[in-house]
Amino acid sequence: MLELYDGPLHVEEIIAKWYQDVKDKNFGAFIPFIGIVRDEKGISGLSFDIYEPILKNWFDEWQERASQEGAMLLMAHSKGDVPNHTSSYISAVLSPQRKVGLRLINDFVEDFKANAPIWKYDLIDGKRVYAKERSTLLNGAGLLHEI
Amino acid sequence: MARIEFLGPIGKEPLEVDIKNLKELKEIFSEDKKLQEWLKICAVAINDTMVNSLDVDIKPNDKISLLPPVCGG
Repeated sequence: MLELYDGPLHVEEIIAKWYQDVKDKNFGAFIPFIGIVRDEKGISGLSFDIYEPILKNWFDEWQERASQEGAMLLMAHSKGDVPNHTSSYISAVLSPQRKVGLRLINDFVEDFKANAPIWKYDLIDGKRVYAKERSTLLNGAGLLHEI
Repeated sequence: MARIEFLGPIGKEPLEVDIKNLKELKEIFSEDKKLQEWLKICAVAINDTMVNSLDVDIKPNDKISLLPPVCGG
């Protein structure tokens, strides 16, 4: 399940809803990861653009991979501005046992950072500044460059 | 005409171009010096599937997306 929200995530509501939705599905482990925007380098928050068609394809492939291990993935992400000390990202894995789930949440979040089509901006003095230095080139980058 | 979309921070309006393959698009873009800085770091998707080769035929109504470096979370 992939959920996108405008602005910061309502963490308590999302986690409570997910828990209600899945608690009867006989998963032994529910492992959430909640990302919280840190107050650093003078930013007032972060802001995000998302390209939804490719994000959905990417997520569906991961869901298929998880299902082959009897697990399930949940993810919520913000679009637009997210102030410091609020959440922009939650992902969770449900698995029959803990070890599969812990491995999957790590691999899933790592691949999310490297491949999910989401662009991050620092909010500085009310302006969006693309976080280019912290961003990762996608596979095939530079294909249309002249050299 | 194929439609070119410049995603995320590129901040450029979509373009419609009459091309038969990605090599022709590369030729067209070679004249845009400002865009070259983005092209160095952008990946390419056709109809929402990432591509790694210029030897790809483009059909009318195809959607070509340019994707700069990403950072979710």
